[in-house]
Amino acid sequence: MNAPASALNTDDAIKFRCENVNVWYGPTHAIKNNDIAIHDNSVTAFIGPSGCGKSTFLRCLNRMNDTIDICRVTGTLLLDGQDIYSKDIDPVQLRARVGMVFQKPNPFPKSIYDNVGYGPRIHGLARNKVELDEIVEDSLRAAGLWDEVKDRLAAPGTGLSGGQQQRLCIARAIATRPEVLLMDEPCSALDPIATETVEELISTLGERFCVVIVTHSMQQANRISQRTAFFHLGDLVEYDTTDAIFSTPKDERTIGYVSGRFG
Amino acid sequence: MLNWAALIIFALMLASYIMARQRAVALGGDTPAILHSRPTYHGAYVAICTALAGFGVLLIGLILSNIAIGTALVSSVPDALSPIERDLVISDGIAIANDTLASRTDELRETIAALYTKLTTLQIWGITIASIAAAVFAMLRGIGSVAVPFRARNRFEHIVGLILMVSAGIAILTTIGIVASLLGQTIVFFSDIPVWKFLFGTHWSPLSGVHEGTMDPDKVGAIPLFAGTLMITIIAMIVAVPIGLFAAIYLSDFASARARSIIKPMLEILAGIPTVVYGFFAAITVAPFLRDTGAAIGLSVSSESALAAGVVMGIMIIPFISSLSDDVINAVPQSLRDGSYGLGATKAETIRNVILPAALPGIMSAVLLGVSRAIGETMIVVMAAGQGANLTHNPLEAVTTVTVQIVALITGDTEASTAAGPAFSLGFTLFCITLIFNVWALALVRKYREVYD
Ligand SMILES: Nc1ncnc2c1ncn2[C@@H]1O[C@H](COP(=O)(O)OP(=O)(O)OP(=O)(O)O)[C@@H](O)[C@H]1O
Ligand SMILES: [Mg+2]
Repeated sequence: MNAPASALNTDDAIKFRCENVNVWYGPTHAIKNNDIAIHDNSVTAFIGPSGCGKSTFLRCLNRMNDTIDICRVTGTLLLDGQDIYSKDIDPVQLRARVGMVFQKPNPFPKSIYDNVGYGPRIHGLARNKVELDEIVEDSLRAAGLWDEVKDRLAAPGTGLSGGQQQRLCIARAIATRPEVLLMDEPCSALDPIATETVEELISTLGERFCVVIVTHSMQQANRISQRTAFFHLGDLVEYDTTDAIFSTPKDERTIGYVSGRFG
Repeated sequence: MLNWAALIIFALMLASYIMARQRAVALGGDTPAILHSRPTYHGAYVAICTALAGFGVLLIGLILSNIAIGTALVSSVPDALSPIERDLVISDGIAIANDTLASRTDELRETIAALYTKLTTLQIWGITIASIAAAVFAMLRGIGSVAVPFRARNRFEHIVGLILMVSAGIAILTTIGIVASLLGQTIVFFSDIPVWKFLFGTHWSPLSGVHEGTMDPDKVGAIPLFAGTLMITIIAMIVAVPIGLFAAIYLSDFASARARSIIKPMLEILAGIPTVVYGFFAAITVAPFLRDTGAAIGLSVSSESALAAGVVMGIMIIPFISSLSDDVINAVPQSLRDGSYGLGATKAETIRNVILPAALPGIMSAVLLGVSRAIGETMIVVMAAGQGANLTHNPLEAVTTVTVQIVALITGDTEASTAAGPAFSLGFTLFCITLIFNVWALALVRKYREVYD
């Protein structure tokens, strides 16, 4: 199905509206004046050659860039109409709303249960043990890991396989009930079978959340996302429905990239 | 003379390197790749052979000939003399030969001096000639062996490996030697005194009866010393662990790069202050301050108190704990911090829930190493803790420690051989305790490494 470009603005509610976003690392201009509107209840993929600023842009969306001293962000980034870089936004609270899954699985050296319960505990999402049990079980089920670990919730999360660890990190992220889930190359450390599981999971999550995923695999972007943004050297070159980006790209650079001529 | 021999051997070594290398280059000609080993390896191999042969003969020759001279001198003294007189005669003879002061000169001593002069001249010439000859021989043989297929590299690396092994062996043998002598003396001591009287007795004044030639088993109870050491160690750790740990957390997660680049070296300077300086700081500044403060609020603090020594020792250990903890906290991967921040955790929550648990084994091992330093620390307690074996639980009183008593025994007036028994036993006990702490700390560190590799 070849959705028309106008579908971009009509499908779902807009979750993030970003205008004139610029990011500098010291003197390096990593993101150059980008505008993008990211929709709710769908999966948006960021693609582009290495070093083009995908991770940088993703990290602007939950202010993870604040942890890097030399990083400077300007422009407007609105989450549900509210400027997330304004003075009265606490980045800590923002990150509870905008969860993040990293490229390399990074479970805490704690039990599986405590890994998933970490966010709910610090945000006081459960009033008692029963509620926490429920959140942990729901999150693990949503991440498709429950059946594999339900008998060893007390075992250390670091003892799981790579794919299981990544799904544990996803469960950990969704346990805080975020509105947005940011994923930076979540499958790059995984084998094809684990990748398939995680992709299915992302597709399902996309029905309930706003999911933004950075990926180097165009097949993956094609399989799981509704919209795709192509970055090149800090520019957001083209942003459209995934079908449009892959079947009728407009910009020369996008055409070159999706047809595999450079990258 | 012998230093000339050494210099010549050294020169031969350099010469052999150059010659062997040159020869190998010549053999290689236009196609150096046909050589099995690079020319530098040929040079290095011959040079190391020359040096080993030359210096080896020099060293072994010296050892053997000194033994031989000793035996010759002894056998030239009439058997009628007692061993002590004999040693005196010989040392006088040597003194005469060297033109230094002898206790007495007589015919016997003159003969010995003459014999000694003759023998040493012979020894020096013999060794010089033999060692240079050995070096020349090794050099010629080595240069002769330079050939296209000659495996100089393998042989050179083999010899280097052996030299490294011998160096490691010396370190190990020294350790074993020290422990064995500690153990030996301790066993001798415990053949007179029952072990349990030493370990569990509460009265310590081991030298009170020695002028009568006996050691009273009831007066070698080391419990007051152990208790004193324990108390001072606990006080030191109460000071050092929180401050050191907080400093480490500040350095690794709060300080700006600039602050860190200033504070970290300063902490390391603190670690470099000699303990004797801490010692008189404790005795001259801290102890009187504590005594006066105590008096002001109606507490009687003795001028040599466990508290003063413990607090200063704690300050000494702070950089030790903060530096080690800082390393382990930094070793916690950034990805774990990101994971926690990404879930909306604050800095404090991240440190408490993720970083400290992950770094805990490493921090524990830093603390254990700190404890073993505190137990073995000597200068501070010698100056600030007191001498009297006083069994008390009051940190405001003077106590004594194991290390203080060892110092007192060895530097005291009593004949060293008598005082050695209790001193060695205390030393051995101390060694065992610190060994346990160190091994425990190492085991924790190893476990910690496995988690992240
Ligand atoms: N912490 C940092 N400090 C300085 N420069 C940085 C930092 N992180 C990224 N950059 C620079 O910003 C630019 C964009 O980097 P970014 O990590 O966003 O690229 P990316 O598209 O995610 O690449 P990849 O696909 O390789 O992950 C690059 O030129 C990079 O060198
Ligand atoms: Mg990236």
